[in-house]
Amino acid sequence: MTDAVLSIRNASKSFGQRRALDGVSLDVRKGEMIALIGPSGSGKSTLLRSISGLQTIDAGEGRIEAFGGAVQAHGRISGRVRKTRTRIGFIFQQFNLVGRLSLFTNVALGSLGRIVAWRGFLGLWPAETKAAVMAALTRVGVADYAAQRANTLSGGQQQRGAIARALVQKAKIILADEPVASLDPVAARKVMENLRDLNKVDGLTVVVTLHQVDYALRYCDRVVALKAGKIVYDGPATGLETKQLIDIYGPEFEDVFWEGAPK
Amino acid sequence: MSGPVAQTPGPILTPGETPAPPHRSLVQQAPDLLVWGLVLILLIVAVKPVEMGHISKLFTNSQNMREFGADLLHPNFDQLPLYISQMWLTIQIAMWGTALAVVIAVPFGLACARNVSPPWLQQPMRLLMNLLRSIPDLVVGTLFIVAVGLGPFAGVMALALNTGGVLAKLFSEAVEAIDKGPVEGVRATGANRLQEVVWGIIPQVAPLWTSYALYRFESNSRSATVLGLIGAGGIGQLLFETLNAFDYHHLSAIIIVIIVAVTLIDILSQAMRSRLL
Repeated sequence: MTDAVLSIRNASKSFGQRRALDGVSLDVRKGEMIALIGPSGSGKSTLLRSISGLQTIDAGEGRIEAFGGAVQAHGRISGRVRKTRTRIGFIFQQFNLVGRLSLFTNVALGSLGRIVAWRGFLGLWPAETKAAVMAALTRVGVADYAAQRANTLSGGQQQRGAIARALVQKAKIILADEPVASLDPVAARKVMENLRDLNKVDGLTVVVTLHQVDYALRYCDRVVALKAGKIVYDGPATGLETKQLIDIYGPEFEDVFWEGAPK
Repeated sequence: MSGPVAQTPGPILTPGETPAPPHRSLVQQAPDLLVWGLVLILLIVAVKPVEMGHISKLFTNSQNMREFGADLLHPNFDQLPLYISQMWLTIQIAMWGTALAVVIAVPFGLACARNVSPPWLQQPMRLLMNLLRSIPDLVVGTLFIVAVGLGPFAGVMALALNTGGVLAKLFSEAVEAIDKGPVEGVRATGANRLQEVVWGIIPQVAPLWTSYALYRFESNSRSATVLGLIGAGGIGQLLFETLNAFDYHHLSAIIIVIIVAVTLIDILSQAMRSRLL
């Protein structure tokens, strides 16, 4: 596949006795919107965090590449990971904005990897960054709160701020780790719509882990299901049947739909 | 029991059975008991060396205290402008001492923090900071008086080194207690290590750091008074000279000036600290 922006080969990760990832291989093509689903502890977050090099995978033949360059291989993070990270936006379940900084500053941090180091150090954002920040905040619909401290905002507003940060980063890939798990359904829908908008309009590649299967089916074209660290389904969202889902989730099945399980 | 199958206690649980609640065995509790027992024994052993038996003398010699107290009750404020200017000098010593201490403590505090610096840097730094902390400021002050002569600068340096060591420890503990989420958030944008510290860590610890620095400024304005005793200038030196002359009326006035000044600083810095947190 020549248009693969992410390539994961045989990635494994153990935490003590528990195997969070067990020989996972996955290719992501440019412009895809992929949902990673699976029960709690199935390795979704571990996989996503490994792609961004926030976590190492076990030593061995496991290898993760982004944009054709290694993020990590043989259990070691590549020295060029910072350069790669500037092109990958990461959205966290807990938003991970810096609470005491204004929303504006938080979003401006997205430019750290691109602007001159001393300017980034002192917070002297170039005019271009300032314009990009306000444009990004307007796009996700929270520009009115630019001057407010991040920790005074609601979860949904913070999460959209985090998406704006990825926009300022000029990310080509967005990795979102349970972006809506801490939000109410209305805020969750707005965040998912923001993500889909970036995918459809800007052609960004989006990989999102979701605990809500109905969201995965509604917003994503391709679904990858993990169970106990192994990929058990990889295909179009339309191809997932209730029986398979029951098989994947077991007793959790009823709880993984926010807006009612399919009959 | 007449049944042929006895319940076997052990880790093997039949499906549906609830596991037992966690239990701390005596072996696991032993370290706690040992530590508290040791503290108690050390206290008991120390009763004799520190002459805790003399506690009754507080009451038998109360006549001396009463005479001393009577003199102190009649302060003589005829040199008040001098006292105030010397008090101000003492506060200035404390300000510069604390300011230099903060300059020392920021890089060293980060270098001591487990979640920021690598072990090869962190261990020697901790040792160095321990060293700074464990040398009393009076000793450091004396050393600097030898080096730079009598005067306030020796006091500034004494406070800076001692407080630097203390603040570095407090700063590093604050850094170790941060939420790592925002730091990862900054890291995920492709920021370098320094930028992670500046944007992910400093904003989180800034209020606590400021609060610690203000608190140390409070206690430094007291320490700076004591440093006057070894010739580092300021109100302490005046206090010492007056005390040696048995001039209790002036001594009393000086003490009142110190109490008022230190209390004001306390109130001011507490007000500032409560606004911060």
